[in-house]
Amino acid sequence: MIASRQGSTVPKVPNIMLLLIRFREVGILFFTLLLILVASIITKQGFLTVDNFQDILLNISILTIVGLAQMMVIITRGIDLSVGSTIGLVAMMVAFTMVAFPDLNPVLALLLGMALGAVLGSINAAIITWGNVPPIIATLGTLSIYRGLTFLYSNGDWINSFEMPKSLRQLSKGTPLGVPNLILIAVAITILIFYFLRFTQAGRDIYAVGSNPDAAKVAGIRVERIIFMVYVLSGILCGLAGVLWASRFESAQTNTALGFELQTVAAPVVGGVNIFGGSGTVLGMVLGAFLLGVINNALTIVQISPFWQLAVQGLLILLAVIVDSTVMRRLKTMNTEGGV
Amino acid sequence: MTASAPPATQNQMALSIRAVLRWELLLIVLVIAVTYINSRLSPYFLEGRNLSRAARDFMELGIMMLPMVYVIITGNIDLSVASTMGMCASLMGLLFMNGTNIWVAVAAALLLGALAGLLNGLLIAKVKLPALVVTLGTFAFYRGMAYAMLGDQAARGYPASFNYLGQGSLGATRIPFSLLLLLVLAIIFGFVLHKTTFGRYLFAIGNNEQAARYSGVPVDRIKIIVFMLSGLMSALAGIVLAARFGSTRPDIGTGLELAVITATVLGGISIFGGTGTMIGAMLSLLLIGLVRTGMSLKTIQGQVQDIVIGLLLILSVMLPSIGRAFANWRGWSQHFSVAGAVRVLLVIVGIALFVVFFLWSRSVAGVSEIAVHGFL
Repeated sequence: MIASRQGSTVPKVPNIMLLLIRFREVGILFFTLLLILVASIITKQGFLTVDNFQDILLNISILTIVGLAQMMVIITRGIDLSVGSTIGLVAMMVAFTMVAFPDLNPVLALLLGMALGAVLGSINAAIITWGNVPPIIATLGTLSIYRGLTFLYSNGDWINSFEMPKSLRQLSKGTPLGVPNLILIAVAITILIFYFLRFTQAGRDIYAVGSNPDAAKVAGIRVERIIFMVYVLSGILCGLAGVLWASRFESAQTNTALGFELQTVAAPVVGGVNIFGGSGTVLGMVLGAFLLGVINNALTIVQISPFWQLAVQGLLILLAVIVDSTVMRRLKTMNTEGGV
Repeated sequence: MTASAPPATQNQMALSIRAVLRWELLLIVLVIAVTYINSRLSPYFLEGRNLSRAARDFMELGIMMLPMVYVIITGNIDLSVASTMGMCASLMGLLFMNGTNIWVAVAAALLLGALAGLLNGLLIAKVKLPALVVTLGTFAFYRGMAYAMLGDQAARGYPASFNYLGQGSLGATRIPFSLLLLLVLAIIFGFVLHKTTFGRYLFAIGNNEQAARYSGVPVDRIKIIVFMLSGLMSALAGIVLAARFGSTRPDIGTGLELAVITATVLGGISIFGGTGTMIGAMLSLLLIGLVRTGMSLKTIQGQVQDIVIGLLLILSVMLPSIGRAFANWRGWSQHFSVAGAVRVLLVIVGIALFVVFFLWSRSVAGVSEIAVHGFL
C-alpha cells in the first residue's frame, strides 16, 4: 500500500522499478549474489575461489546449452520434454561409434551427434507441426520412444570409462586455451544464440510467434516453419550436449540424462522466461542456470546432507519463482497506478 | 454458416459427443484386439493367476490417474504426483520404523498428501503461478523430502494386515483387493465428474476459466480441491505400492508422473482441458495394462515397451488430424508447394539415414562389446 502510494507521488521510485521490470535479470542476479554472500560467510573459505567457480561453470555448461534450446521452445509457447532422452540416445550412439572407431576425430563426433540430434528434433517438429499434436504430448511420447531406442540400441549395455577412447574423454576436459573446452563450447553457444535471437530475422520471429501467433501469421511470418525450426534447433543442441555428456562423465548408459528435462525447464523458468511464451532473454536463462549451479554447489560445500539437497533445491526454485512473480505483479500494478 | 446460432452449437455438441463416443469405441476395439493377440502369443495369458498378478502392477497408476483426469480437465497439470507418492510413503515408513502404529502412519501419510496438494493448489489458485511451474518445483521438493526422511535406508517389516492392501485377494478368489479399491474409487470419481455440479464446474473451468469465474463458479476453491484430491490419491497410491513391495524406499514410484499423464491423455482427456470421460480414462488404463502385460509375456523389457506406449500416445492424438487430412485430400493440390514437399522429403531422408546408421553402428561396434559385460 505504502509502496503504491509512493509510486504515484514520487516519480524517481518508479523509474528504478521500471528498470527492474525491464531487466528482470537484476532480481535473479541479486538473489544469486545474496546466496553467494551467505555461502561464503558460512564456509569462510573454499567457496569464493577460482577453482570452485570453475567447478560451478563446468557443472552448468551442459545445462546452459540445453536450457537455451528449451528457452527457445518455451518462447514459442511449446515445451520439449524429450531433451533428456535425446541426449541419452545420442550419447549412446556416438559412444558406441567411437569405441568402434577410436581414431575418429572427436570434432567429427560432435558433428555426428548434432546430425543425429537434428533428425530426432525434426521428428518432434514433424509430429507437432504436421501432425497437429500439442508439444507437451508429442515430446512426452518421444521421451519414452527415444529412451526405449537407447535401450534397444545398446541391448541394456553401457560404455564405461576404460572402453571410451581418450580423444572423446579429453574432448570436454582439454584446456588448450587455459579453460576446459566444455566451458568454452557453452560460452560460444550462448553467444551464438544471443546473436541469433537478437539480431536475426528468424530469431526475432521466434518472439513474434510466441507473443501472438495470429498476429505473427497476419504479419507474414511463417509460424509453422518457425516452430519447426525451434524443435530442430533443440534436437541439434541436445545432440551436441549428448556428446559432451558422454565425454564429461566418461560413460554412456541407458539412464544417461534421465529426468534432465525437468532441470532444463527449471533453469529458464528461474531465469524469468515466461512459461506461457513470448518473452525471455539469454542473459536471464544463463543466470537461472548459474543460480541453480550455485545452489547445488553451496549445498555441497556447506555440507548439508546430500539427502536434503534435492528438497532444498526444490524449495529454492519455488521461492525464486514466487518472489519473481509477486514482485513483478506488484511493480506492474504500481506502474499502471502511477500512470507511467 | 447455419441460419441461427443455437442449432449450430447444438450440432457441435452432438458432434463432440459422437467424437467422444467414437474415441471410447476405438479404445474398446483396441482392448479386444490386444486381448486376442495376447492370448495367441502366450497360452498363460488368460490364466487367472497371470491376470491377477498383472492387474496388481497397474492399480497405483489407476489411483493416481483418477484425480489427474480432474486436473487435466480443468486445463492444469500436476507433475508432482509421483514425488508426492514418494514423500508420503516415506513418511509412513519413517513413522512405522520409529514405532508408530502402521494405521496411524497411514493416516499421517494421507494427511501429508492432502497438505502437499493444498500447497500446490494455493500456489496455483492464489499466487496465480502456472501449474506446470509450481508442480515442477514441488516435483523436486517433495521427492527431496522423501530422501530427507529415509536417506539411503528402506523401511520394511510391515505387518501382514497392511501388506494385504497391495498383495491381498478378495476371499478365496484371485481378485486383487487393490482392484476393488480402484473400481470403487473410479465409480465415485466418475459419478462426481459426470453427475454433479462440481463435475460440471470442472468442465466449465477447463473450457473457459474467465467465463466460469464470471458465471459465479468458485474457480479458486475448486482448483485447490482438485489439487488436494490429487495429493491425497497420490498418497493412497504410495501406500498401496509400499504394501505391494512390502517396503518403502525414497525413490519409490520415480518417473510415474509421465505414465499417469500418458494414460490420462490416451483416454481421450484433452490436454487443453474441457473434455474427457472417466470411462475413456479407465479403458486407456486397461489398454496400457494389456499391452504391457502382453509384451512382458514375450519378455520384452520395460524400456522397450515404453516405445509402444509412446507411439500409442502420439498416434492417439494424431489420428483425428490424419483422418481429416485424408478426407480432405483434394485440398492437398491447393496447398501443395515444392518447398513443402522438399521439407517432407528431407525429414524422411533424415529418418532413413538415422535408421541406417542406428543399425550399422550397432552391428559394427555393439555385438562384440556387449559380450564383455552383458547381463549374463
